[in-house]
Amino acid sequence: MITDPLALMPALPEVLMALLGMGLLMTGVFRKGDTAPLVCRVALIGLALVAALVISQPGWGHAAPAFGGLFVNDAFARFAKLLTLAGSGLTLALALDWLAREKDLRFEFPILIVFATLGMMMMISANDLMAAYLGVELQSLALYVVAAYQRDNTRSTEAGLKYFVLGALASGLLLYGMSLVYGFAGTTNFDGLRSLADSGEVSTGVLVGVVFIIAGLAFKVSAVPFHMWTPDVYEGAPTPVTAFFSVAPKIAALALLARVMIDPFGPYTDDWRQVVVLISILSMILGAFAAIAQNNIKRLMAYSSIGHVGYALIGIAAGTTEGIRGLLVYLAIYLIMNVGTFALILSMRRRGQRVEAITDLTGLSRTAPLSAAAMGVLMFSMAGIPPLAGFFGKFYVFMAAINHGLYTLAVIGVLSSVVAAFYYLRIVKLMFFDEPVEALDPVSGTAPRLVLYGGALAICLFFLAPGVLVTGAEAAAVALTGQPVAPAPVPSSLLSSTALP
Amino acid sequence: MLAVGAVFLPLIGALIAGFRGRTLGDHKSQMVTCGFMAASTVASWLLFFLTVPGGEASSVSLFTWVSSGELSFEWALRVDPLSTVMLMTVTTISLLVHVYSIGYMHHDPGVPRFMAYLSLFTFFMLMLVTSDNLVQMFFGWEGVGLASYLLIGYWYERPSANAAAIKAFVVNRVGDFGFTLGIFGVFMVFGTVNLDAIFAAAPGMADATVSFLGIEWHAMTLCCLLLFVGAMGKSAQLGLHTWLPDAMEGPTPVSALIHAATMVTAGVFMVARLSPLFVLSDTAMAVVTLVGAATAFFAATIGCTQHDIKRVIAYSTCSQLGYMFFALGVGAFGTGIFHLMTHAFFKALLFLGAGSVIHAMSDEQDMRRMGGLWKLIPVTYVLMWIGSLALMGVPPFAGFYSKDMILEVAFASHSFTGSIAFLLGLAAAGMTAFYSTRLLMLTFHGKPRANERVMAHVHESPRVMIWPLVGLAAGAVFAGMLGYDAFVGEDRLAFWGTALAQHADDVTAHAHHVPGWVKTLPLIVTAAGVALGWLFYIARTDLPARVCERFPETYRFVFNKWYFDELYDRIFIQPAFRIGRGLWKKGDGAVIDGLGPDGVATVTRGLARVFSRGQTGYLYHYAFVMIIGLAGIVTWFLLTSAR
Repeated sequence: MITDPLALMPALPEVLMALLGMGLLMTGVFRKGDTAPLVCRVALIGLALVAALVISQPGWGHAAPAFGGLFVNDAFARFAKLLTLAGSGLTLALALDWLAREKDLRFEFPILIVFATLGMMMMISANDLMAAYLGVELQSLALYVVAAYQRDNTRSTEAGLKYFVLGALASGLLLYGMSLVYGFAGTTNFDGLRSLADSGEVSTGVLVGVVFIIAGLAFKVSAVPFHMWTPDVYEGAPTPVTAFFSVAPKIAALALLARVMIDPFGPYTDDWRQVVVLISILSMILGAFAAIAQNNIKRLMAYSSIGHVGYALIGIAAGTTEGIRGLLVYLAIYLIMNVGTFALILSMRRRGQRVEAITDLTGLSRTAPLSAAAMGVLMFSMAGIPPLAGFFGKFYVFMAAINHGLYTLAVIGVLSSVVAAFYYLRIVKLMFFDEPVEALDPVSGTAPRLVLYGGALAICLFFLAPGVLVTGAEAAAVALTGQPVAPAPVPSSLLSSTALP
Repeated sequence: MLAVGAVFLPLIGALIAGFRGRTLGDHKSQMVTCGFMAASTVASWLLFFLTVPGGEASSVSLFTWVSSGELSFEWALRVDPLSTVMLMTVTTISLLVHVYSIGYMHHDPGVPRFMAYLSLFTFFMLMLVTSDNLVQMFFGWEGVGLASYLLIGYWYERPSANAAAIKAFVVNRVGDFGFTLGIFGVFMVFGTVNLDAIFAAAPGMADATVSFLGIEWHAMTLCCLLLFVGAMGKSAQLGLHTWLPDAMEGPTPVSALIHAATMVTAGVFMVARLSPLFVLSDTAMAVVTLVGAATAFFAATIGCTQHDIKRVIAYSTCSQLGYMFFALGVGAFGTGIFHLMTHAFFKALLFLGAGSVIHAMSDEQDMRRMGGLWKLIPVTYVLMWIGSLALMGVPPFAGFYSKDMILEVAFASHSFTGSIAFLLGLAAAGMTAFYSTRLLMLTFHGKPRANERVMAHVHESPRVMIWPLVGLAAGAVFAGMLGYDAFVGEDRLAFWGTALAQHADDVTAHAHHVPGWVKTLPLIVTAAGVALGWLFYIARTDLPARVCERFPETYRFVFNKWYFDELYDRIFIQPAFRIGRGLWKKGDGAVIDGLGPDGVATVTRGLARVFSRGQTGYLYHYAFVMIIGLAGIVTWFLLTSAR
């Protein structure tokens, strides 16, 4: 099949990633002694090298296929992969410190992260439903295992089991949708599906298949009503795993969803949009309301992430270049906010014992003013308060929705973000205005401190130069949709009668 | 330079005492404020003698305040005979009150605050009288209102003082609303708020009309009436007078300085200052005359019945302000200002004398529990006599010159309103004599009605309180004699120059040629009033009670201050409270809070509980939700899909 060795070149990062994973596995298994620290360090370096490779690969300007068209490498894929790699790398760095404290650091952990990341990269670059499914499964299998990583802890194993069973169900839905599409369209290749869609022919079977695919991927991004696993798994899984779950897989799955929806099924946008809009609205509302009743900070972050996915889905619902740009900007900012927040959550310990209640943060501003300030910035940003970065994330997706006439979506988004602001600000209130019960241990370790303070700083200063991120996201979005960002079509209702010459 | 010093030195004193008072302590705060005040007084007197007579009116421009399109005006101090007379009067009385306060307030815990307020008030008052434009005048106007509010409520732990302070502030708002509308009207007509420009353009506007509330008005009448509403509020004229008696809740020096001598005369000053406008509207002048005359009469009747020594003097003030207004109303502006000046001295004297009595009587203010004090506090007794004689208008005291002149100009105007004013003024003069005598008899003569402990305590006030009284008494004796020629006599044209609207053949000139009976009648009426007072309260002490029994309705009506407070309470206050309570309980509490914050919060909390209860932890529930969700979405999709 593969005649030209150069045809593998676009997939070089993935190939290297696979080799890295297997090499580390060999090292871990066959090397004597405690190999975990070594494996971890190599895995981190490997992730960084792969990220560097993704950046430095030639051909940013055009899409390069590989594996006979099953795989594509374009600017969109690279952008999403960089975000994913960053998410994996940062959470891995945070995890090492935490696991070492728990005396639970084994070499399997980084290896599983590497394989999961490889799966995500495959998802992002998939150009065929089968390739996409392969990526999803590779990722999922690794995630099931890391969820149950603390195998002598019942909560962790319960989380892993729940995730596995429900994940299998979702995979079934996904696969069922794919087979429907294949049955009615006769192909699983994105290019083939695209030309079929372009021809104007539509069969209800294909569309129902698309809805199933959306459902399957919605499970992966924990969008309502496929979100039920999220709070339980987030709470039960070891905290670094939760941190990992909340960023990298979400980014990859949303990127895959965006690619599937825009690339092969782009011409059907008007058909599937209502489904995405519905899921987005439900996610935003549930994420906002359910979080209010939570006491555990990890559960809170679970609902928070459900809400954030709802906002990100607005970008896909718009279906325009502007929408995809908004999605990517949102994901990048979400990544920073979430990783920063988890850096603090991972450090929440009292006399060495880890604590997870929201009220444990009470009075943090007295005992650890700097950490409290950074956390405050992150919470304000999550709530979308200008001029912090979180505001811009929401701004770009809302803009895309407004410019596409999705007013209901935008209005509900704004209203639910008001509700969501309540529980973010409650944390700020606890930290700054309530009397501390007992001081938490200070944030220790280079990685958590770097991520927490660096993240907060980046969130603070984002507004000085939003162009860097937005321009990159725009280039990536153009690569996916093939259309430049339209000069914002101002809705007629906003036009004053004399504005146009 | 002198003007700047005169106006701003009290401000500096106020700031030092106000912000550093705690560290300076009582004594130094008093020294600082009195020192700056004395310097300001010296500057004012120098300024007065440099400006009059025949001095040129000038304006010291400080800096630009507003320059916005057509509207432009500066912070500027206007120096002319009118403003220097006011400067001199205000600073002199203020200085004496400052000094008096050292003694009167010595046992009070908030001395620096009190002194700072007094100085702050003086600054605003000086700003008012030296203003070069209407907006700056309004600045001073509001500033003295603020100082008045702060000082009435000085004993803020007393609910009655707070209520009185709020009442004064709110009633003044009504007047201020008229004043602002008047300023807007003037700006609309003239396109400027600068006094010189307005006066220059005024004669040309005599017949201008403006449309207001859909009606075509004579422009000058409208503006002047609106401005006069402001003057009525500040000067406690009939209808807007209710705050003044209550303002006696403030410490006595405050009553003397603000609510007798200076601030309440701001309305008189304002009308005199804008006399070139007022003379252009006969209607406005008639209104001023009638309101003034009515107030003079009405307040005098109430003064005859009150028991509180300070309230008697307060109604007397109200009445005297009425005299000033009807003098202005008939066109004798110099006469009005003349009475303003003399009144400032003898009324401050009366108030401070009353303060001295109250001080001696261990804070007793009810005259029914006084009596027989004259031997115990002879100096105060003599000073009170001087003040009362000046108030009654007995020659040669100051009040004689100014008050008789007012009655003469009212007579000489030969107009209908002037005649009414003359008659009401004459009646008020009789009553003034009666209540002044009543006050003196009840307080100083007869048998002591206070209990023995209080009587044993009665003592003459310290020297720091007596000397200011002596100074004021000198003013009450000599101010009329000295000022007569310049203010209203032969020299008045040269003295006032262009500061007031006047000419050689105006009503003031005619007043010097009225029939002899007009000049003697007030004296006869006054003598009758004194005699009646003596009869009622010394010779036949059973008479007052019998008169009250004979005319119970009339007595109650007058004693209850013509039921103004009750009327306002019924018409304005209670409905306002009802509306407020309705909007608060129903509008804000039930509707806005219920549907808004509280309602939304309840719904939110409910939803949060529902959502988290749905999270059962059972795997099959989760799978069920997923499947049902998918089935629902697919069904909905197929039903709504366009194809």
